[in-house]
Amino acid sequence: MTALTGTWGLVRLILRRDRVLTPLWVLVLGLVPISYVASIDGLFPSAAARQQYADLSAHNAGFVALYGRLHGSSLGELVAWRGGFIPVMAGLFCILTVIRHTRAEEDSGRRELLGSAVVGRHAPLAAALVSVFAAGLVLCAVLALGMIGQGLPAAGSWAFGAELAVTGWVFAAVAAMAAQLTAGAGSARAIAIGALAAAYVLRIVGDVGALDDGTPSWAGRLSPLEWVTWIRPYGEDAWWPVALTAGVAVALALGAAALSTRRDLGAGLLPPRLGRPAAGPALRSPLALAWRLHRGLLAGWAAGFAVLGVVLGYLAASVADLVRDAPQMADVFARLGGAAGLVDDYLAATTNLFGLIASAYAVQATLRARAEETSGRAEAVLGTAVGRLRWLGGHLAFSLLGPAAVLAAAGLAMGLAHGLNTGEAARQTSRLLAAALVQLPAVWVLAGVTVALYGLLPRLTALGWGAPVFCLLIGMVGAAIGLDQWVLDVSPFTHVPRLPADRFGVVPLASLSAIAAALTAAGLAAFRRRDLPIP
Amino acid sequence: MTDAISVAGLVKTFGPTKALDGLDLVVRTGEVHGFLGPNGAGKSTTIRILLGMMRADAGVARLLGGDPWADATALHRRLAYVPGDVVLWPGLSGGEVIDLLGRMRGGLNKRRRTELLERFDLDPRKKGRAYSKGNRQKVALVAALASDVELLLLDEPTSGLDPLMEEAFREAVREEQRRGDRTVLLSSHILSEVEALCDRVTIIRDGRTVETGTLTELRHLTRTTIEAELAGPADGLAAMPGVHDLLVRDGRVRFDIDAAALDPALRHLTAAGVRSLVSRPPTLEELFLRHYSSTPAAHDSSQPAAQDAPEATR
Ligand SMILES: Nc1ncnc2c1ncn2[C@@H]1O[C@H](COP(=O)(O)OP(=O)(O)OP(=O)(O)O)[C@@H](O)[C@H]1O
Ligand SMILES: [Mg+2]
Repeated sequence: MTALTGTWGLVRLILRRDRVLTPLWVLVLGLVPISYVASIDGLFPSAAARQQYADLSAHNAGFVALYGRLHGSSLGELVAWRGGFIPVMAGLFCILTVIRHTRAEEDSGRRELLGSAVVGRHAPLAAALVSVFAAGLVLCAVLALGMIGQGLPAAGSWAFGAELAVTGWVFAAVAAMAAQLTAGAGSARAIAIGALAAAYVLRIVGDVGALDDGTPSWAGRLSPLEWVTWIRPYGEDAWWPVALTAGVAVALALGAAALSTRRDLGAGLLPPRLGRPAAGPALRSPLALAWRLHRGLLAGWAAGFAVLGVVLGYLAASVADLVRDAPQMADVFARLGGAAGLVDDYLAATTNLFGLIASAYAVQATLRARAEETSGRAEAVLGTAVGRLRWLGGHLAFSLLGPAAVLAAAGLAMGLAHGLNTGEAARQTSRLLAAALVQLPAVWVLAGVTVALYGLLPRLTALGWGAPVFCLLIGMVGAAIGLDQWVLDVSPFTHVPRLPADRFGVVPLASLSAIAAALTAAGLAAFRRRDLPIP
Repeated sequence: MTDAISVAGLVKTFGPTKALDGLDLVVRTGEVHGFLGPNGAGKSTTIRILLGMMRADAGVARLLGGDPWADATALHRRLAYVPGDVVLWPGLSGGEVIDLLGRMRGGLNKRRRTELLERFDLDPRKKGRAYSKGNRQKVALVAALASDVELLLLDEPTSGLDPLMEEAFREAVREEQRRGDRTVLLSSHILSEVEALCDRVTIIRDGRTVETGTLTELRHLTRTTIEAELAGPADGLAAMPGVHDLLVRDGRVRFDIDAAALDPALRHLTAAGVRSLVSRPPTLEELFLRHYSSTPAAHDSSQPAAQDAPEATR
C-alpha cells in the first residue's frame, strides 16, 4: 500500500485548511431541511391538510421538476421532498472541495512539493476523497440527529441523511475523475459541474415524464440524483439505492485513481493545446487581461443561468395551473417562499433567488484578484506602468458587471420560456429582464463587502463568501422559521422590489447602490495604500 | 542625476520580523550592481519597496530621481522588473505574456524580442502551465530585456536556468552594459555571475548593509592568507592586531591577515628572515561566506572604511 503512504497526514492538512469552510457547508445543508419541519408542520398541522397539499403537489409539473416526485403525505416525507434541492447542493460542495484539493493543488505547484516528501502517488487523491466522504458522513449525522430531535422517525431520518451523503460521494468521485482529464482546475470544475447539471436535467426529464403515465422515463435512470430519490426517506427507507450509489461512487473513485497513473503530474489526459506565438492587438491593458482570465467563468455562469432560467420560466405556467386547481392553496404557497401561489410571486421569488446566486459569482470574481495577488501574478502587472486602481478595476469590472450579464441571461431566458408558454413573449421578456436586473444593487452590496475585505483585511478576503451564504440562509428559511424582521433586513435582498409582483421602487435601489459604492470605495482606498503582495 | 537608486536608512517590519533594519544602497547610473545577501536578508523586500509595492516604515528611497511610492506608475514606464519566482497565467502563451507586459510598460522592441527568443531558445507558443521553471523565468527575462527602459530590477533572475542559458543571460546583460545608459540591479546567489557582470556590489545581512564597493575593493577589505618559511622564530606574531588563525610548525607559519595589518605583519616576517613566501588573496566564496556568516557586530570593527558612506541624495 505504498501508493497510499502519507494519506492520513494529508487528510489532517485538508481538515485544517477547511476548518471553516466545510463546517459552514455542512451546517447550512443540514439546517435548511431541519428548518422545514417546523414550517411545514405549522402550515399543515392535520393529516388531512397534509394530504391535500401532497395531492396537489405530486401532480404539479413545476414542483415535481424542482423537488422530485412525492410519494406520501407524512410530515417526514413532505420535508424530505421539499428538501429535494439539498442533494444537488451537497454534490456541488463535494465537487468544489475535491477539485480544490486535487487539481487546484497541482496547478499551484504545492502538490509537487508534497510529492517529493514521503507521500504515495495516490495519497493526495485518496486524502481529498476521504475528507469529503467523511464530511458526507458528518452531514448525514447532523441531519439525522436534527430530524430525530424534531420528533421525526429515526429510520427515515438516517435514510434522509444517507441520501445527502451518498449524493455527495458520487459527485466527489465524478470530480476526482474530471480532475484527471484536463490540465487545469477551471476546466475540471466545469466538467464536474456540467455532469451535476446534466444529472439534474435528466432527473427532471425522468420525473416529469412519469407524471403522465406513472412510469419514470429511462432518462431518469441514468441520473444519480434520481437513484437517491428511490431511497424514499420516511416512506420505504430503502437501503439498496444507498448501496447502489455508494458502490458507483467507489467505482468512480477507483477509476479516477487508475486514470491518474496514466498521466503525468500537472498534465491532463486530454492533450494541451499550443497558444499564439504573439499577443493579439487587443491584449494590451489590465482590462484585456482580466477579460482573458474571467471570460471562462463568465460564460459558465451565463450558460448555467440561461439553462436554469429556461427551466424555471417554463415551470411558471404550472404554478398557474396549481392556483387554478386549488385557489385556497395560494396563500399557503406564498408563505412557503420558494414557489409562491401567484405566478408573479413565483417569478419574483425566482428572480430573487437568481440574484442571491449571482452574488456568489460576484464574490468569486472578486476573489480572483486576491488569487492573482497571492500567486505573484499581480506583481508582474503592477511592476509595469499599470496603477493599482487600473489593475483592480479590471477585475472589478467583472465582479460588478459580470453579475449584470448573467442576470440578464437568466431574465431573458425566463421571460422567453414563460412568454412562449403563455403567448406573450415580448411582454414577459421585458418584465423578467427588469425583475432580474433590479437584483443588481443587492448583488453589488455583497461584492462591495468582499472588495472592502480585500482592501482592508486581505488575508480574510475569503470570508466574503459568508455574505451570500448568510443571505441565502435568510432568504430560504428566514421567513419560514419566523426570524425577526431586523434580521431579515440585514440581507440586502430583503429590500429589493419584488418585480414583477410589486411595483418598482427607486429608493431602496438607490440606497443599496450607495451602500455598495461606499463599501467598494473603502476597499479601493485601502488597497491603494497597503503593501503588496500580502501573502 | 548620477545615482539611479539611492536608499538610506530603510526600515521595514512585518509584524515581529524586522525585514529591513536601516538598509543603505546606492546604484550609480549605468552600472550593473550586484545585490547579495543570505536567504531572508531583505533583498526582495528592498526591491519591492523600490517598485512602490510596499511602503517603508522609515528611511529614504529614491529611484530614477522620483519617489518610488508616489510616482510608481510614471517610474515603471522607465524600468523593467523580473521577480525571482515567475508565475504565469495558465491560459496565456509565453508570447502573449511577453507582449502584454511589454505593452503595459509602454512599448517593446520587436526586433530585440525575436532576437532574445532565439537566444534563449524559448518557444513562445506554449501556455503558462506547460513551461518548466527555467522557461517561465526566460519569459519574464525576454519581456524585461526587450523593453526600452533605463533600469532593470532583476531579483534572482537566473534561478532555474541551465548553464547555457545562464551564459545567454550574461551576454544579454553585457550588451546592456555596453550601451552605457542602462542601469541594472541584480540580486543573485550565483557568485560567478556577480563576478562576471557586476561593476559594484552591495552585501546585506539581516536587513542591513554590511559592505559596498567594487569587487577589488571588497577583496582589499578581507583577509589574505600568508604562508612563509622563516629563518628564525617569529615571536610576537600571534599578538599582532589583524592576525588570525595562526599556525606555526617547524619554521613555517601560516595565517590570515586583515588587509590593513598586512604591512606591519610583513615587516615582522622579514625581520625574522623570509626563505619563501606565498600570499593568496581571498576567493570570492571566502569573501561572501565571511560576510554571510559573521555576526554584524564583529564585522563592523574589522572594516573601517568599508561603507561607501551612502550619501542620501534627496
Ligand atoms: N509580506 C511579508 N510578510 C511577512 N514577512 C515577510 C514578508 N515579506 C518578507 N518577509 C520576511 O522578511 C524577511 C526578508 O525577506 P526577503 O524576501 O526580502 O528576503 P530575500 O533577501 O529576498 O531572501 P531570498 O534570498 O531567500 O530571496 C524574511 O524574514 C521574510 O520572511
Ligand atoms: Mg528574495
